[in-house]
Amino acid sequence: MVTTVTNLGRSGLSDWLMQRLSAAVMTAYLLFILGYFFINPSPNYEQWVSLHSALPMRLFSLLTILSIAAHAWIGIWCVLTDYVTVRLIGPKATAIRLFFQLITIAITLFYTIWAIDILWGI
Amino acid sequence: MLEVSIYRYNPEVDAEPYMQDFTLDTQGKDIMVLDVLEKLKAEDPTLTFRRSCREGVCGSDGVNISGKNGLACITPLSAAVKNNKLVIRPLPGLPVIRDLVIDMSQFYAQYEKIQPYLINNTPAPAIERLQSPEERAKLDGLYECILCACCSTACPSFWWNPDKFIGPAGLLQAYRFLADSRDTATEERLAKLDDPFSVFRCHGIMNCVQVCPKGLNPTKAIGHIRNMLLTSAT
Repeated sequence: MVTTVTNLGRSGLSDWLMQRLSAAVMTAYLLFILGYFFINPSPNYEQWVSLHSALPMRLFSLLTILSIAAHAWIGIWCVLTDYVTVRLIGPKATAIRLFFQLITIAITLFYTIWAIDILWGI
Repeated sequence: MLEVSIYRYNPEVDAEPYMQDFTLDTQGKDIMVLDVLEKLKAEDPTLTFRRSCREGVCGSDGVNISGKNGLACITPLSAAVKNNKLVIRPLPGLPVIRDLVIDMSQFYAQYEKIQPYLINNTPAPAIERLQSPEERAKLDGLYECILCACCSTACPSFWWNPDKFIGPAGLLQAYRFLADSRDTATEERLAKLDDPFSVFRCHGIMNCVQVCPKGLNPTKAIGHIRNMLLTSAT
């Protein structure tokens, strides 16, 4: 058992499950948007606003944004703990890894809050 | 004449590793890579490698042959020579002790973690713990592992985190005991594997399956472990 404190769900299984579920949500959203453009190839401004101001669509978009945030964090965390390690780059690795983890959290939070602001500002 | 390039490193003499070129007359025969090593060792006794059974059972002579991990004793030249050249390096990712001999301590430490023995504290029956043919069949494709380390040393996840990720060989053995009807420590075994590294650092790239000289499928076993974790935790 390896103890970790910076992964998303504190257990390997929960991170793995979250990675899969968030991927499914993102795929569903992508298919929905592609389907929308297939049916209505060039929506005007009113149609676009009307689509995104409906509550179910806002919740679907929010769920997708949260999925992207979780998916990104789990993925970046995996990459950082693979390559930015003391074994590979020496004793400074822990500080560098924590720095990049904080940067990732900051960017993810920034985009998530900004996206919520856009969605509910329509 | 076959051109052979071999990784050489003697830490007592060499400042750093280098590739040494040899030429060998195989007389057109499709001999095994181990035969080539033996012939070259007859010429240069300092060439160092592990070998024992010479028939793919002991797992001692795992080396990287022309870019692919395998057992030298059961890899024929016809499967390994490219453009009349054979390149032999030690298994990647573990420290080299000398030439083709690697330090497998980390590999065995991961194997030890999964408790590779039956755990059953119920009173032993008079003769033996019986299994049905169906229960026994679940161990096929698992018990055959000879711990040659070809799979784990072909796995990038194991290269980056050999101290945290158990690796394909260890996980295949972990599932061998999880799947055994005579073992009663399933929950305890699963609890020790549910962290982000031990099992879940496997991203399913299947290098292990590609190189296993015994034709086993560690990725499939890892999938079974994930399913068991999912079943017990949700």
